Parts: sequence; structure tokens; C-alpha cells
Amino acid sequence: MAYKIVASQCTNCTACEALCPNLAISEAKGTFVIDPALCTECIGHFETPQCVAICPVDDTCVLDASQPRYQAA
Amino acid sequence: MTDTLFTQAMDHGTGPDDLAADGVVDISDVMQKMAEHKGCGTEGGSGKASCGSSAGPADMAPEIWEKVKNHPCYSEEAHHHYARMHVAVAPACNIQCNYCNRKYDCANESRPGVVSERLTPEQASKKVLAVASTIPQMTVLGIAGPGDPLANPAKTFETFRLISEVAPDIKLCLSTNGLALPDWVDEIAKYKVDHVTITINMVDPEIGQHIYPWIFWENKRLQGYEAAKILTERQMLGLEMLTERGILAKINSVMIPGINDKHLVEVNKAVKSRGAFLHNIMPLISAPEHGTVFGLNGQRGPTAQELKALQDECEGDMNMMRHCRQCRADAVGLLGEDRSAEFTTEKIMAMEVEYDAEGRKAYQQAVESERQAKVAAKASELDGLEKAGDIALLVAVATKGHGIINEHFGHAKEFQIYELTAKGAKFVGHRRVDLYCQGGYGEEDALDTVITAINDCHAVFVAKIGGCPKADLQAAGIEPVDQYAHEFIEQSALVWFKDYLAKIESGEIVHQQRGDAAIRQGALLSQAG
Repeated sequence: MAYKIVASQCTNCTACEALCPNLAISEAKGTFVIDPALCTECIGHFETPQCVAICPVDDTCVLDASQPRYQAA
Repeated sequence: MTDTLFTQAMDHGTGPDDLAADGVVDISDVMQKMAEHKGCGTEGGSGKASCGSSAGPADMAPEIWEKVKNHPCYSEEAHHHYARMHVAVAPACNIQCNYCNRKYDCANESRPGVVSERLTPEQASKKVLAVASTIPQMTVLGIAGPGDPLANPAKTFETFRLISEVAPDIKLCLSTNGLALPDWVDEIAKYKVDHVTITINMVDPEIGQHIYPWIFWENKRLQGYEAAKILTERQMLGLEMLTERGILAKINSVMIPGINDKHLVEVNKAVKSRGAFLHNIMPLISAPEHGTVFGLNGQRGPTAQELKALQDECEGDMNMMRHCRQCRADAVGLLGEDRSAEFTTEKIMAMEVEYDAEGRKAYQQAVESERQAKVAAKASELDGLEKAGDIALLVAVATKGHGIINEHFGHAKEFQIYELTAKGAKFVGHRRVDLYCQGGYGEEDALDTVITAINDCHAVFVAKIGGCPKADLQAAGIEPVDQYAHEFIEQSALVWFKDYLAKIESGEIVHQQRGDAAIRQGALLSQAG
């Protein structure tokens, strides 16, 4: 599963965009979104997903149940 | 951006061995100068004189005076005359504080961490030029978030670079939680940012864990004692590194009763010993509607007396800042006013801006003459105060700035508080009395708000006041004083004080202590103008 951003919770603080090792996060229509095709759940990069760790609002960067779990190559 | 911050952090010097660069000053020399300068207060006589006397204070090194004399946040005296602006280019933050909720953004709200729109460095630069051209007394540009400037280093330093190119006379400053500070001190020095504010609420991680739920450190979220320990170590190191480079450091502390109120005396000692120039102890803002942890769990802020007692205890031989208005991260104007609504991105981009450096200089020279007249006026009233003995009382003043009693009672959004003693008149704080954001309060309620806010004062000085509020104030035991309209605050207060003392001497009145006062917690109405 990739991570996704709950738009109604996002404060547009930009912190996650800068930390994402996959450049999967971008601004769109007044909020930030994660491209599920690029998100690796930070597996292989960091112990914890960076967007989850830096987000100032709890339960805003969450696993997207509609996506399959990321498998490391 | 933030990834630069964390991946390149280790490339920047963080240890003492890295400090032997050009421009580094001898720490003992700096400490000596700091120690020699005592007090931003406005008392007369010997001992503490002041950030205030523009005639060249005998107790302050000239190079420090040059840095603070027109910085409204670093000099109580300057804040009556000079304006500042914040540009909101730094939205990301690397820690979480229990008094902050980044989701809350009321357009009428004025407090730290809150901002209406974020700017690119290019927009920020244009905004600074627009404001500087409109408000010639705007001398300081700060980056205070709404996140942490040093968690957004690329945007922060690009903004400083652009502004130093187009408006080199504007002083640059920033405000940080300190976690990333040691990594960026050299960059700060490079851009000639000579004022840095660090928010330090504790020097003991046991206490810190109740204030900071987490920090983001080395790509992980750390919590509890461990997080607070790293934060305090980084803050202390950052402060020492600033002092070594001769960069003035102001320390902001949020007073949280029951959590760090008594501990802030220890914080004061710790920052003083590391060369901090000024300590600003602010009351916690914690209304439930802000949605902060402290707001939601009912953590109260301090009363006016509790705050003043702590500030007095810490004063000793260190400057205490008492004029902080806890402004928002995109505030514009004199402290206590917010003209940010006049300078939205849309309006700025449509403005034709011409930067008039000469005009600004001429205006600021006029302000200097005005300040000197004020200082001279105050000095003229210091004789004859000795009969005050141990009497110390507070008075409230309605002012629009310039150190003059020039605001109507009914128009005042805040009152400045002066303490009158045998030593003179000293600014000790301010009280907000603006109406609440929510709810329809009538005029009677507004008057109650004022009386509650200045209940510890013996008198209130105004340019004008109506008959009804006058009677209500008298009934509450606060004397309305309007005979010094458009005169200097401190001089008038001292004349009134001597008259008060004479009445005590003649037996006409008996001196009585006043009660406590409340510190306003709600959202500030920040209408422009």
C-alpha cells in the first residue's frame, strides 16, 4: 500500500514534500498529494515513513487501503 | 528545503573546533559587554538605564546599541517608534509543541504559528519593499514561521539574500525552536542576521516532555524524555554558537503554570550564562477553540500578577522583554498593530514599488529627535520621587505609539502598563482589551473586559474619555486621567505620581493595593489601520 494524504486534515505546511525520498509528494489544488506509483512507504530508505513522522496533524498521512503493499525489489 | 537540512547537517560545523573562522569574536569579550549592559527598563537614576536613551547609553557597548536601537523587539523604547514585519515563507516545522495547533487559521487571529497565506521568497521580497515604502519606520524583517525558519532553510536564506540585495538597510532576524540552529549558525552569520530568537521553555527534559510531544530528528520521530533531551542540548549549543559570533540572541519562554513556571528561573540562569541578550517570558495562550493540547486539556495561562512576579524575579542583571505582543508569523506594523491585511499577495503584486532609501533615512532621523525629546522630558521629572518610599503602583496608558498619550479610551485595543516607584516610571507590560472574535459583546461587556484587564492599576491615562466609562472606572477604583492628552507618557505619569504622593502626605487619600488582573486569551481582531 502506498501512503495517501487526507486532504481535509492537511495544513499545506510542505514539510512532507521536502522529506519524501521518492519525490512522490506534490502540491495540487490547495493540498498535497502522494503519487501511489512512486510511494515506497520509505522501505529501503528509512525506518519510518517520513511523511507520517513529520506531519503536524495526526492521522493525516495514512496507508491507502486501495493500493497493494509495496514490495521491495 | 528540509531534506537539505537533515542530509547536509553534518557538513556544517557543530563543534568548538569549527569555530575558529574569521569574524569569530572572543566569547569572554561578548559576555563582558552583555554583563555591562543592564536593563531595558525605563527607570531613571543610576544603575539600570537603558536600551532607551538614544543619546548614547553609558551602560551599553556602542556596537550593541547600533544593533538594538531601532529593533522594536529588542528594545522596549524602540517599539514605540519602529515597526517590524514577518514574512511567512517557512511553513514546515520539525517539532510539535503542546501550545501550538497548525490546523487553526482564523483570519482574525493574531498569535504565533498562525498565518493567512504562505509566500515564496520572491513574493516575500516584493512584500518587504512594498511595506518599507509605505511604512518608513519599518526597520526589521523577521522570519518566524509559521513553522520553523531553519526547518525551511532554502526558503529562509533565499528570502534573506533577496532582501539584503534590494533593501540593505533593513535588519534581518529570525525566530527558531533551536533544534536545527547549530547547523545553520554560520549561514545566519553570512547573511548578517544579527538578531536570533530561540524559544526555550525548559532546560530539564523531565519538564520538556510535558511541553513537547515529539521532535523530528535524524529521520525519526522521537518522543518523551529522549526528544526533550536532544532539543535542550541543541538549543544550548546553538545559543553558545550565536554568542561566540556576536549575534544577539533573545530567548522566548512560554510560561505554563504548574509545568514550567518555577523552572523558568533556571532557564533564565542557563541562557544568561550563555550570553543571551534579552529574555522574553510570555503568558501561555490556550483557549479551547484553538484546539491545542493545552487548550483542550484545560491548562490555564498565568494571571498578570503571576507573569509580572516571574519577570521581576528573573530581571536581576538581565534584560527582560515585557512588550512582546505574541504576534503572528505574517504580522506587519508597530507591535500591537497588525496591518497585514493591507499587504496581501494580490495587493502587493499590483503595487508599483519604488524603494526610497533617502526618504526612509530622513524619517528615521526625525524619529530619533522625537525619542531624545521624550528621554529628556522623563529625566526632568525624576526629582522629588524619593517620598514614594516603598510605594509601587501600576498605571495603564492608552497610546497609539511614539511614547505619547494619544488614544481615546474607547478606541484602545490595548493598554500599556507602567510601574511607578521612587526610581521612576518603568514599562512593565501591556494588556489586550480588544473584543472577542466570537460572540456579540455589547459596550457594557467591553468595559468589563477593560476593567478586568487593568484591575491591578491605580489610574488609566487617556487622550479622551466619555462620561459613562469615566464613572464606571471610578466605581472600580481606577482613576481616569485625561489632563495629559498628547503629552509624553512617562513624564505625565511621574507628574501624576508626585501629585498622588502629595495627596497621601496631606491625608487627602490613603494608598491601597490593587487586586490581580486577567490576561486576555481569545483571538485578536486584527483589522488594518
